[in-house]
Amino acid sequence: MEKSRSRTSVGFWLVMLLVGCMFSLPVVAQSQGADARREALQSMPGTTPDFWRDAAGGVSGRTTSQSVGADTLIMTEGERWKEIRNEWISPGGLLALGGSLTGITFFYLLVGRVKLEHPRTGKRIERWTRWDRVIHWYVATLFIILALTGLSILYAKWFLMPILPTSLWSAWMIAAKNIHNYLGPLFSLGVLVMIVKWIKHNFFNLVDLKWFIKGGGIVGKGHPSAGYLNGGEKVWFWMIVFVGLTVAVSGLVLDFPNFGQTRETMQLFLIIHAVSSLVLMAAAFGHIYIGTLGTEGAFEGMKTGYVDESWAKQHHDLWYEEVTQKQNKS
Amino acid sequence: MARMKFLCDSERCIECNGCVTACKNANETEWGIQRRRVVTLDDGEVGKEVSISVACMHCTDAPCMAVCPTDCFYPTEDGLILHNKDACIGCGYCLYACPFGAPQFPQQGAFGARGKMDKCTFCAGGPESDPVLEEQKYGANRLREGKLPLCAEMCSTKALLAGDAQQVADIFRERVVYRGHRNSAWGSADHEADQSEQLAKNAADLAYDATQSV
Ligand code: SF4
Ligand code: SF4
Ligand code: SF4
Repeated sequence: MEKSRSRTSVGFWLVMLLVGCMFSLPVVAQSQGADARREALQSMPGTTPDFWRDAAGGVSGRTTSQSVGADTLIMTEGERWKEIRNEWISPGGLLALGGSLTGITFFYLLVGRVKLEHPRTGKRIERWTRWDRVIHWYVATLFIILALTGLSILYAKWFLMPILPTSLWSAWMIAAKNIHNYLGPLFSLGVLVMIVKWIKHNFFNLVDLKWFIKGGGIVGKGHPSAGYLNGGEKVWFWMIVFVGLTVAVSGLVLDFPNFGQTRETMQLFLIIHAVSSLVLMAAAFGHIYIGTLGTEGAFEGMKTGYVDESWAKQHHDLWYEEVTQKQNKS
Repeated sequence: MARMKFLCDSERCIECNGCVTACKNANETEWGIQRRRVVTLDDGEVGKEVSISVACMHCTDAPCMAVCPTDCFYPTEDGLILHNKDACIGCGYCLYACPFGAPQFPQQGAFGARGKMDKCTFCAGGPESDPVLEEQKYGANRLREGKLPLCAEMCSTKALLAGDAQQVADIFRERVVYRGHRNSAWGSADHEADQSEQLAKNAADLAYDATQSV
C-alpha cells in the first residue's frame, strides 16, 4: 500500500511549485524603454507648461484622423504595458512552464509511475462515453495548437527567428497568428460544451475533503476514497471553468478589434489573456502527465472509453461500487 | 552619423493639415491610413488652442520594436525606426506600446482582422531592393534621393521641421532667441513676459539637449 499514490498528488506538488515561481519572479523589473515624455519634448519643445501637462496627461483633443486614440497626443500607458509584457509576463511565463516541467520530472524521478496494485482482471468498465471523448479530444487538440501558436507569438522571436530564414520565419508567424485567431473561437465553444456536459460530476463533497486531507494519497497510509471523479480532477475542472473561460473571453475581445476597443482596453486584455493562458498551460502539463505517463491504466480510459476493473477499484473505489451494484441489480 | 528627428513648433502650427495631405500624397498610403495627424488641444478656446503635428517619433530604444512578436522593426544609421512588412503579422502590439499612436492598420481580413502595419518612414522607404516594390509597400524614399520628408518640406509656416536633429534644434533655438523678448508671441497670453522668456530659454535648452542625447 505504501506505493499507492494518486494521480493528483502530482498536481498538489505542481501547485506548490507554481506558487513558488510566482513569488520568485524578478523583483527588479526595470524599464529600459524610450521615455515617451522626453521623446515628445524633443519634438514639440515650444509648448507651454499648461499644454504640456494636458498632452502628457493624455488629454484628448481634436484631429481629422480616424484611428483609435488618434485624438490623444501621448499615451503613457503604452510604456507600462510594454514593461509588464516584456519584463514580467515573458520571464514569468517561462518560470511557470519551466517550473511545472521540472516539478513533474522530479516527481517522476522520485516517485515514479503509479502502478496498478493488483493485476488487471480483464473486466472493463465504461468510464467515458463516446461524446465525452469527442469533446475532450476536440478541446485538447485545439488547446495544444493554440498553445503552440500562442507561445510562438510570445517567445518565438528569441529562439526560432535566429535559426529560420526570413521568409520561413514570417510565413510561420503569419500562419501562427491566423491559426490562433481563427481556432480561438472554436476552442471557446468546445470549452463551453465541456463545462456544461461535465459540471454535474464536479461539485465538491465530503469525500473530496478527505481526499484532499490525505493529499490524494501522498499523506498517511491507504488510498483515499473517490467517486467518479476525485478531488484533483475536480480542481482541474474548475480551473478550466474559471481560468479557461478567462482565456476564452479575453481572447475573443482581442480577436475582434473592430468594435472600437481603445488601446488601453486591448492592453489590459492582452495581459489577462497571456497570464491566464500561461497558468492554464503550466497546469495542463500536470494534467497531461497524470493522465498518461504518471498513472498506469489511466490513458486508456480517455482513449477507448473503458478502464480495467483493478484500476477503477484502486482509484475510484466509490464509483466502482456504484457501477457494480447497478450491474448486479440489472 | 546624422540623427534624424522631427520638430513641431506649436507657435507656428496653424492646423492646416498640409503635412497630412503632403504625406498622403508622397506615400500614396492605403485607404484609412494616415501616417501623420494634427492634434489640436483646447480647440476653439481663444488664447489656449494649440496644435501639434505628430507621426512616428522614431524613438530612441523604441517601444514598438521591443514588443513586436516578429521583431520586424529595425533601426537605421540615421536613427530611424523602419519595419519589414513581409514579417508583420498585424497583431497591433506596436500600436499598444507606442506612446504616440503612430502605427496604422488597414482593415483587410474578415472579422476586423488587421492588415500589415504602416507608419511614417521619415520618407525613407523600407527594406525592399526593387524601388518600384519599395514605393508600393512603403511609400516614397525621398531620403535616398537626398530630399527631406515631404510633410516638413510642404509645411506652409515651417512649423514642422524634419532633418538632422542638431540642425533642426539650431533653427528652433534661433527662433526662440527672436521670440524670447518682451511681448513675444510666446504661448498663451496669460504668461508674463519674463516668464515667457524663461520658458523660451528652457525650450531652447531642451531642444539642444535632445541633439546631445544620442
Ligand atoms: S512607432 Fe511609436 S514607439 Fe515606434 S518609433 Fe514610432 S513613435 Fe516610437
Ligand atoms: S503589427 Fe506588425 S509591426 Fe506591429 S507588433 Fe505586430 S508584427 Fe510587429
Ligand atoms: S516623413 Fe514622410 S512618411 Fe513620415 S509623416 Fe512625413 S511625409 Fe509622411
